[in-house]
Amino acid sequence: MIIKGFHIGRFLQTYAVLIMIVFLVIALSMLSENFLTPRNLLNILNQNAPLAIMASAMTLVIIAGGFDLSVAAIFSMGSVMSAWIAINVDPYVGLFVAPFIGLILGTMNGVVINALRVHSFLATIATSLIFKGVAIVISDGRLISVRLDTFTWLGRDKAGGVFIAVWIMAVFAMILTFTLTRTAFGRRVFAVGGNEEAAVLSGIRTDRVKTATFAIAGFAAGLASIIATSRVALGQAAAGQGMELQAIAAVILGGTSIYGGAGAVWRSLGGVFLLALISNGFNILNADPFYRDLTTGLVILAAIGISAGGKRR
Amino acid sequence: MDSEPALRANGIGVAFAGVWVLRDVSVDILPGEIHGLIGENGAGKSTLGKVFGGYYAASAGTLDVFGERASTWNPLTALSQGVAIMHQELQLVPALTVAENVFLGLEDQRWGVLRRTEAERLSALMEASGFQLDPNAIVSRLPIADQQKIEILRALAREARIIVMDEPTSSLSRDEVSQLHRAMRKLRDEGRSIIYVSHFLHDILEVSDRITVLRDGLHVKTAPAAGETRSSLVAAMLGGGKSETPFPPRARPATPEPILEVEDLQSEQGANGASLSVGRGEIVGLTGLVGSGRSEIARAIVGADPATGGEVRLKGEVYRKRSIRRSAALGMVMSPEDRRKQGLILTMRVSPNMTLPHLGRFAHLGVMRRRTERTRALSLIEHFRVRPADPNGNVATFSGGNQQKVLIGKWLMENPDIVILDEPSRGVDVGARERIHFAIAELAAGGTGVLLISSEIEEVLGLAHRAYLADGGRIVEEVIPEESSEADLLDLLFQHQSRRRGAA
Repeated sequence: MIIKGFHIGRFLQTYAVLIMIVFLVIALSMLSENFLTPRNLLNILNQNAPLAIMASAMTLVIIAGGFDLSVAAIFSMGSVMSAWIAINVDPYVGLFVAPFIGLILGTMNGVVINALRVHSFLATIATSLIFKGVAIVISDGRLISVRLDTFTWLGRDKAGGVFIAVWIMAVFAMILTFTLTRTAFGRRVFAVGGNEEAAVLSGIRTDRVKTATFAIAGFAAGLASIIATSRVALGQAAAGQGMELQAIAAVILGGTSIYGGAGAVWRSLGGVFLLALISNGFNILNADPFYRDLTTGLVILAAIGISAGGKRR
Repeated sequence: MDSEPALRANGIGVAFAGVWVLRDVSVDILPGEIHGLIGENGAGKSTLGKVFGGYYAASAGTLDVFGERASTWNPLTALSQGVAIMHQELQLVPALTVAENVFLGLEDQRWGVLRRTEAERLSALMEASGFQLDPNAIVSRLPIADQQKIEILRALAREARIIVMDEPTSSLSRDEVSQLHRAMRKLRDEGRSIIYVSHFLHDILEVSDRITVLRDGLHVKTAPAAGETRSSLVAAMLGGGKSETPFPPRARPATPEPILEVEDLQSEQGANGASLSVGRGEIVGLTGLVGSGRSEIARAIVGADPATGGEVRLKGEVYRKRSIRRSAALGMVMSPEDRRKQGLILTMRVSPNMTLPHLGRFAHLGVMRRRTERTRALSLIEHFRVRPADPNGNVATFSGGNQQKVLIGKWLMENPDIVILDEPSRGVDVGARERIHFAIAELAAGGTGVLLISSEIEEVLGLAHRAYLADGGRIVEEVIPEESSEADLLDLLFQHQSRRRGAA
């Protein structure tokens, strides 16, 4: 349907996730006066900052045609390592080092994928078990408690009235958006995912580009892990369980193509917060949590339906 | 006895997206004959074969099968009437066994449970056909020749009386071809009809009883094979004068200084001792039959495929460790043959497609200078008259001709010294073709060396100053286009092809 040059189908397809968010915000505001308060909204952002950071980086991996199932394991490694270093060396060093450990692990993912010529899906299943295994060995299967203000500030404090975690998320997402849309590297990411053979024949070193996206995803998982770890003051190998699938679900829900070659970071943030709003709605309305999964599933289906409906037109 | 044809095509026409690729073709296939179907690339031989097999619906005309008008005609009804087709790309399930593939869809079962009678049924079939295969072998591990036998057994299992074979010998050795021919004769002697689509004239002449020649989608003739020779078939395939589009005039450089020299180039992908040279300001044609290794030679030159031997010299200097990236930096680029698969990134817009190989030149500290990029893309769009003339246009929706212009523009953006164009005008409209030809002439006039790879001999003859003929991954002849005819070249190519296959 086209009204004065305005293509409704394409509009729905492009902005499905935003439309769902607006719809949910309106509905929740009408149902509860506790929803549309700065405090509640800021809390949603704060709670979901780690996932949002991971989903932003996952966007690059998926645009380049890959999947990273190891980010939760890198997250767990980051949690254990940052806490261990905080206790045994220095809290600041612990916070600083974890993202770079993630970067190294992510790079290893890329190297393995290129060396073995296997799909990233398979390679990262294997590496995630290895990373997780190492995290368990390092922590000796125990919780590492870090009750130090010099460690917990990152996850708990505010700056300018907003949680530091939210600042980090916003800056990280902006940097990735800039990288993807304005840099030569971003172009290569789109090219590799859009048509790898043509990218190779255009002289692009596709292996390097793919490795870089996994390195960024690893860095993001490390960054997310220190926010979460410092918040709960606890390093543990069980941290981050299931986050890889949540991150991928958020990216796809946002409308980034699973086939690669198309997508955007803001879409994945939209996906994260759409899922977060549903869950927040249940809390605020005191609804029966037994229906939470069911509702989440229906909303995801609706979003996918809108975007697929737009595509057919 | 031979009163009624097994298959009769009455005025068959096929159109894809409004373009007629086959027009008014009427031909009879008799019972108990091997019927060769030949023509140049794009003449419509495969299309006709697929119409017989039910894979393409005829846009015009009718089909009679054993005297009865075929009303609905698709692969299923074709099969039920006894017409089976063997595709160029074999349609087997690689993970299943020989027996399972042969009886796929014909499983002997009761309430969904297999009765495991396949081995016996298969041995009966193999005895009848003379093929011997291990029924339990996994298909993906068998050589192509054996896989083709499975396709034939499959047709026999379905009691096919007419078998369409689309280019069955393209990946077979000489021995395997004779084996296949023997089997074909046996099938014919049992009264079955075989429609043999191939671009190997030698093979067609060896085994066919009658031959049908197509040209530009039209039926040229059907005649007994006994009265035909290679040159009579070539003449029929080419027809009289054509050349509807004029070529730009060519000014041959007096003594072109060589800027690209290739010696004895080898690659695993198919270059097999190729030697050639391209001079400054020279358009050098490279043509050959399907599978001659034209593109593979080019890929080994620029470094798209790793070379296993030989030498490439650029402007007199030996160029080792070749890669697309280094080639582009040294001023040598290649526009690949398949624009949608290898050339363009269809998920990206026009301007990023054009600048993709040159990102470094359009970035400052890694950040794209978008205005410069847009300006440069726009000037190439103007130059090639890309329509729509929008750097932000969606290439995926462009016509073939405009996509091709974007692709060539992409490679000419940084004014290379040597340009390899693989099939620059395949599947483009007349206007775009003319524009592209003009651009090639212009390039050469500006001092660029052009290696023009084309399966269209006419294009090479019309544009090139010099031309090479390729066969078996090497250069087998060098000709002066102004002194050669299309028929001469095609005849030479077929000669080399049959000589090589005879020797193999």
